[in-house]
Amino acid sequence: MDMRRAKIVKNVSVTIGAWLVALLIFFPIFWMVLTSLKTELNAFSTPPSLFFMPTLENYLVVFERSDYLKYFWNSVVISFGSSIIGMLIAVPGAYAMAFYPTARTKDLLLWMLSTKMLPPVGVLVPIYLLFRDTHLLDSKIGLVIIFTLINLPIIIWMVYTYFREVPKDILEAVRMDGAHVWGEIRHVLLPISLGGLSSTFLLSLILSWNEAFWSLNLTTSSAAPLTALIASYSSPEGLFWAKLSAASTLAVAPILIFGWISQKQLVRGLTFGAVK
Amino acid sequence: MSQINTNASVAKILVAPSVILLALWMIVPLAMTIYFSTLNFNLMIPGGRDFIGFENFYWFLTDPSFITGIINTLVLVGAVLIITVGLGTLIAVLVDNPFPGRGLVRVLLISPFFIMPTVNALIWKNLLMHPVSGLFAWLFRQVGLEPIDWFTDLPMTSIVIIVSWQWLPFAILILMTALQSMDQEQLEAARMDGAGPISTFWHITLPHLARPLVVVIMIETIFLLSVFAEIFTTTSGGPGTQTTNLAYLIYTQALLQFDVGMASAGGLIAVVLANVVAVFLIRAVGKSLAEQ
Repeated sequence: MDMRRAKIVKNVSVTIGAWLVALLIFFPIFWMVLTSLKTELNAFSTPPSLFFMPTLENYLVVFERSDYLKYFWNSVVISFGSSIIGMLIAVPGAYAMAFYPTARTKDLLLWMLSTKMLPPVGVLVPIYLLFRDTHLLDSKIGLVIIFTLINLPIIIWMVYTYFREVPKDILEAVRMDGAHVWGEIRHVLLPISLGGLSSTFLLSLILSWNEAFWSLNLTTSSAAPLTALIASYSSPEGLFWAKLSAASTLAVAPILIFGWISQKQLVRGLTFGAVK
Repeated sequence: MSQINTNASVAKILVAPSVILLALWMIVPLAMTIYFSTLNFNLMIPGGRDFIGFENFYWFLTDPSFITGIINTLVLVGAVLIITVGLGTLIAVLVDNPFPGRGLVRVLLISPFFIMPTVNALIWKNLLMHPVSGLFAWLFRQVGLEPIDWFTDLPMTSIVIIVSWQWLPFAILILMTALQSMDQEQLEAARMDGAGPISTFWHITLPHLARPLVVVIMIETIFLLSVFAEIFTTTSGGPGTQTTNLAYLIYTQALLQFDVGMASAGGLIAVVLANVVAVFLIRAVGKSLAEQ
């Protein structure tokens, strides 16, 4: 009887504890969305209002400032562009390393990962000057190039991790039938690893969408993505909280939803298969 | 047999683009940085690009803000690692138990990881930590305390809180997933032997988490060494240089003071420091990741 009571107490406290922690951690996001539905006056009021007439006015204002859509479009072009190009470069490379490993493959993989350790500030100056001289500053193409390069090591590692889990005999069977590399990739490998490839693509999208260092330093207005737009709200501090919240909600919503969908798959890729 | 050989040589061609691009990405800017670091090169002073040897390094290293920058970088990385790994482990163990709504709790817990850093920083700065109208100020007044002017009085603490909030979900996600693959029979056996929750955690759970913990530390360190947007959008490195980390310091040299030579010297020092950390990390985990 005592055991059972102890178990119930434990279950109840775990439930309450876990929900409390989750709600606390999620709270800033909830508060942002809540504030985006208030009037500017209401957003400032103390005590903070929990019950109010929600309004979509802020969202309308954010949309009417036609340049919001421009920033959104820049983010879409830059993150999809760099993710697609990244995948096109990484998939063949990861395929070669996973299925035709040589003595140096492991060192090659480690070297690729080590390029990710190069701090961006270390190369900011030359990239800035190169971009200035080639008119790539404040251009979408410039950011696509940079994002492709900085995410390439992670993409290769993730795809490599997924490819390693593909049973080798399946590929060997096709190979014995005389299939060429391309046939092998297209008809066997891609269908099998579609799940892993799409979560790699999603992670690349998430990283590019949220990247701030290069987009803040290499763009001014015409190619600036949403990260830069939101940062520009930091100057008129506190004046437009409701609109800031609405713009922020719009900026994070697509990626948040992508993240929720792919979270389980992301773990495997992000940890290079070390955690299952 | 010949088919296999052809495929193997095709494989070499397939890996070439990645290797060439990454090599260029590594070598070209780095070589330029090394070159610039030896010049008296300021974008505001046209013409002059004299060779001055190691003078930039001398000035950068003896500038008091350099030491502050290093200390701030280490404090930020260290504090965020301790908070995210410590709390992350506890929360992961907590939500590893079955309870109603676990799926939803998981989704809520992981959410901050997907929020872009500039949004993260501005929401915390304005809506939560604002000294007059922020939610925290109101809460403090409710319990009769003086509200804290976060970014003026506790600037580094504020940055640490913001960055930790963003990275805690990552630690939780990885550790939570790792816990699911624990050997349930072993746990049951330990419980039968009368092991309490604490000794079970210490002797079974923690060793099981060793590898995922190292992965968390490695990935977080890579990203935390170059935290930039959170500082850029909240304190701009201030007050004074209290929140200026190495990344932000070099940024101010390069794009605010246009001192290319000095910024390049600083950049190289950052590269060297990151490589010291990288060599250590790669030794510790990289090898075992590639060899598994």
